[in-house]
Amino acid sequence: MNIRNATIWVIARLTFREASRRWVLWAAGILGLIFLVVYGIGFYTIHREILKEPPGQLVTKEIYGFMLMAGLYVVNFLTAIMTVLTSVDTLAGEIASGTVHTLVSKPLRRWEIVLGKWLGFAAMMMVYLLLMGGGVIGVVYAISGYMPPHALSGVGLMILGMLLLLSISFLGGATLSTLANGVMVFGLYGIAFIGGWIEQFGAFLNNQSAVNVGIISSLIIPSEAVWKRAAYEMQSSLVRTFGGLSPFSSPSAPSRVMVLYAVIYAAVVLCLAMWRFGKRDL
Amino acid sequence: MTVSNAIETTHLRKIFGSNVAVSDLTLTVERGEVFGFLGPNGAGKTTSVKMLLGLIAPTAGEMRLLGVSAKDHRIRQRIGFLPEHFRFHDWLTASEFLQLHAALYRMPETVIHQRVPELLELVGLSQHAAQRLRGFSKGMLQRIGLAQALLNEPDLIILDEPTSGLDPVGRRLVRDIIRGLKQRGATVFLNSHLLSEVEITCDRVAFIKHGQVLQISSLQTLVEGELSVQVRAHPLTPQVVAGLSRWSQNVRADGDHLMLTLPGEADLPAVNRYLVEQGVDVFSLQPQKVSLEDLFIQVVGTDGGL
Repeated sequence: MNIRNATIWVIARLTFREASRRWVLWAAGILGLIFLVVYGIGFYTIHREILKEPPGQLVTKEIYGFMLMAGLYVVNFLTAIMTVLTSVDTLAGEIASGTVHTLVSKPLRRWEIVLGKWLGFAAMMMVYLLLMGGGVIGVVYAISGYMPPHALSGVGLMILGMLLLLSISFLGGATLSTLANGVMVFGLYGIAFIGGWIEQFGAFLNNQSAVNVGIISSLIIPSEAVWKRAAYEMQSSLVRTFGGLSPFSSPSAPSRVMVLYAVIYAAVVLCLAMWRFGKRDL
Repeated sequence: MTVSNAIETTHLRKIFGSNVAVSDLTLTVERGEVFGFLGPNGAGKTTSVKMLLGLIAPTAGEMRLLGVSAKDHRIRQRIGFLPEHFRFHDWLTASEFLQLHAALYRMPETVIHQRVPELLELVGLSQHAAQRLRGFSKGMLQRIGLAQALLNEPDLIILDEPTSGLDPVGRRLVRDIIRGLKQRGATVFLNSHLLSEVEITCDRVAFIKHGQVLQISSLQTLVEGELSVQVRAHPLTPQVVAGLSRWSQNVRADGDHLMLTLPGEADLPAVNRYLVEQGVDVFSLQPQKVSLEDLFIQVVGTDGGL
């Protein structure tokens, strides 16, 4: 079969084209660029301040690391919002408007539409994340020469977090209305967020019940756990050892098992979305 | 080898919650015919069409399209469909829209580049090929939707209300397209409210109500069949009126006006001759065909299925 004509590929390209036509790509790109410029100016100002009275190599490195993680934290948050906002309507909206009728009545299997759209969004958001995350790391490196440890696996984990939310948004979109889907995904995101914080406090205060609350919320939706792991990978060994409480650092890192859980979670949720969309009346 | 029927449904049923949308639809549409699917609002027409195309899963029953189970998505390779509300991706241009759907039919690139302009020409949208669908009128959307349904040169084309948004020129276009499809040997399944359109285009019609077929009529018999005749003549004595009973059991006289039903046009001259021979002055004699609308009301009733 001609690969250019494979349904999944056609739908994935359509998703890209829609985002481009609707100015989503441009808006995200231009604002992302402004974000990087603002971040770069801010970082440069602080860098110059440090150069005036260097506080010692170790402390300097910690400040750079903190600044970098603050930038990546915002990138991670922006990516989550963008992922949900752009994809929340893609299935539910097409079902509600009826545009899906002309698609589904073609000689294709419905899951191909879901997978095609998912791949389209995944690719799009991955580009966004790589440009923004890579931009932040690049700006810091260009100005100060600081490079975080394990940058690749860190960004990889951020991508995993994005794919996780994307799958949830797809499952919701195959089942709920656009609005209900948005409420559901952000609601879950909120649970993960607060659960992550409670876990951090728990770890800080050595309170096992608080840690358990965090673990349970991570099982419900592991998006925050994945971010914590990403932050843990990219922070300095000093922060790792001595800890500290900030959203940008992670003294108690979720285990590799949790990362594996997140991978399986995303895959299963995506499969459920394909199954659900295949079953429902349109 | 016998050619399979275009559409065959047996005891098709669909229930939404507690609402029975289609109760028991058994229907056969033969190859090469233009088949009208008629019924009042809420009769289950669109639900039935959606089941045929795999948009809705039936609660029970069987469906075969062109001899293949409708559950097999591959059969839709040979089917064209124009949905009722023709809502399309309006950020695409007319050309892009057709290219997209041609790709979904897995048509080769070279064929797509040839076929898309041809179809735009056919539906009169060549001038608007590069325009986005967002700016299209309802009629233009319906035309592009129709072109989309013709991309794969389907053996069976299902049109859900194809002319509802169209002006008279557009309707004629649809009629011509349907005629062309029929000449090619394709089967057309037409779901329409516009009885006058159905009357002109269809070979057979099914009347459905509450998701059940009430009657299937050939429109050929409608043309050749029973007609009512209005006569204005003087004097219409009781004897003259009684003498008409050899042609019609259904005669009503009121002063100089006479209404009678005849089995066919052939009896008309004889009735006229009889009246003249009886010394009656005939001022007018008007045969009236039973229209599809009359038949519709007769079969479906006036309650609209509510």
